[in-house]
Amino acid sequence: MTTQPDLQASRVAKHYGAFRAVDDLSFSVARGSFFSILGPSGCGKTTLLRMIAGFIEPDAGDIHIGGKPMNGVPPNQRPVNMVFQHLALFPMMNVGDNVGYGLARRGVARDEIKRRVGDMLERVSLPGAQDKRVDQLSGGQKQRVAIARSLVLEPTLLLLDEPLGALDLKLREHMKIELKQLQAAFGTTFVYITHDQSEALVLSDHVAVMNAGKFEQVGTPQALYYEPQTPFVAGFVGANNRIAGRATEVNSGVVTVTSAQGLVMPARAMGSVSRDDAVEAFVRPEVARLARDAAALRDAGLPAFAAQVTSLLFDGANSAVLLHEAQSHTEFRVALPQTGEFADLRVGETVAFGFDPQRAVCFAAGDTAHAA
Amino acid sequence: MKTQARLMLMLLLTPALLWLLGLIVLPHVELGILSLRARVAPRVYEPSLAQFATFIDEPLYWHTFMRTALMSILATAITLLMAFPIAWTIAKLVRGQAKAMLFVMCLIPFWVSETVRTLGWMILLRESGVLPAFLVWLGVTPAPVEMLYHDATILVGLVYTSMLFMVIPLISALESLDDSLIEAAYDLGGNGWSILRQIVIPHAAPGIVAGCIVVFMLTLGNYLTPTLLGGKNSQWFTEQIYTQFITRFNWEQGAAFGFLLLGLSTAIVWAGLKLSGQKFGEVMQKT
Repeated sequence: MTTQPDLQASRVAKHYGAFRAVDDLSFSVARGSFFSILGPSGCGKTTLLRMIAGFIEPDAGDIHIGGKPMNGVPPNQRPVNMVFQHLALFPMMNVGDNVGYGLARRGVARDEIKRRVGDMLERVSLPGAQDKRVDQLSGGQKQRVAIARSLVLEPTLLLLDEPLGALDLKLREHMKIELKQLQAAFGTTFVYITHDQSEALVLSDHVAVMNAGKFEQVGTPQALYYEPQTPFVAGFVGANNRIAGRATEVNSGVVTVTSAQGLVMPARAMGSVSRDDAVEAFVRPEVARLARDAAALRDAGLPAFAAQVTSLLFDGANSAVLLHEAQSHTEFRVALPQTGEFADLRVGETVAFGFDPQRAVCFAAGDTAHAA
Repeated sequence: MKTQARLMLMLLLTPALLWLLGLIVLPHVELGILSLRARVAPRVYEPSLAQFATFIDEPLYWHTFMRTALMSILATAITLLMAFPIAWTIAKLVRGQAKAMLFVMCLIPFWVSETVRTLGWMILLRESGVLPAFLVWLGVTPAPVEMLYHDATILVGLVYTSMLFMVIPLISALESLDDSLIEAAYDLGGNGWSILRQIVIPHAAPGIVAGCIVVFMLTLGNYLTPTLLGGKNSQWFTEQIYTQFITRFNWEQGAAFGFLLLGLSTAIVWAGLKLSGQKFGEVMQKT
């Protein structure tokens, strides 16, 4: 039995003058999944979300929600609810009235509303909060009320418009986990938009990376991270060292990239790359290995580069070093292992680094083809 | 340092305090004394409540008093109903230059003095005026009708004069309403009317009450508009006060009427605040 997707968009487009905010997009979101749309600001993700919610009508294409066409259906009649960026809780109402608002608008009986609001607040771990004022809640509690207010209506789809954007870092980390748990507990299909790749990767079953009105790639977080299909995805998801150059050799899927500065490095070809193509290669800082002695890398079968440490970027578990490759002076960012081996690393020191060519990726430059 | 700051504050407050004392407090003390005495012989006065007794005994005064209050409430309500869509348009629907333009259009009538503005209405509405002639030309009426000196004419003038004072607090109240609240309500199943009633009006309530207080006080204390547009039939309480002071030279009676009007406006504003559940301090911050 194939379950019908909860959200299906076919060839949806929205233009503002000559600007294509959303450009001929087609995708579907499976029932019960957590789907994120990740992209830089101005990529069209908010426009797309507002079209799904019904605040904006698409210029072309169809949106189906729960199998029903949504063209011309206003937001108050769609089986979709939205959690707004700043949550948009009603300050003139208490928590109970906020959560019960949608039910009251549907004409549900007062006793029934009271019961369902109580149940819902219990499910989001805010039992008995009905009489609290909105401004008495903490940031995390407000978010739970905003989600409860939407989920009490049992929507087919819950849209979330960067609800974590306004929170401070610590709370954001906490709310990320809480959101994922809430989604798992309710089983409602979530469509989440964000510009924060960590939110998208941690939360989602599937992520669509959006750029200039189009999806560059749709896939699991792992696929986006390990198998980026376009240079944009490779550059946007996770940190990456980007090296532009020319393919001087192509050998069974491994390209030898030679940069204008004279760096020669191997990388796995993504899509078709032929000899003499202009290419872009990406090496993740956490893929590269650091060694004091180049022999250790060669013994492991990795290409080794000599480099000088130019700065140490200490950030706890995310610490990294900036290196200048000895011959070409290409700058590389390499993750600092937390084993203590490099605890005494100093700026100016000469070290070696290398990486598995299979885990570095290479694209034909200017390749904006949407391989996905 | 601290004493210096305090001295500065005192100096800055002095003009306002002098103004309050000289123009509000002192005259009212004087009027209070005037209203509570009766003239028993030339230049001989004794304390008395006779003025207030006259007010109660004379039906004309009562009638005028109540009529002024009711007409002012009506004018305030009409102003609110007319100003709300205008304020909504300026605050929420238009952006940039169009917004400034609309705002200036609300302001422009106030570049002309109130007298000239009211005379403008007289030119339009008098029997030989523009509007009656136009109605004859259209064939709506066989002969020109006198459109001045009706209660409706007074209301038109009062609403016109008060509009700006309602629009401004409403705009500031509506501008501070986050659009996403309206969208959220719409998204959760609300429709235009329920959103207005449950989201917009509760949010704008302090602004609405502030505008209503200002307009009501301006209307209740207006002299020129009811006199010019209502003529002899206008029966506005300020005219009674004017008559007592200027025509009858009965300052004692005029002062008593003045205090009655003050009491009336205070009572109605208080009742309005109670009914709308607003606090005076919060409301005044919104104006």
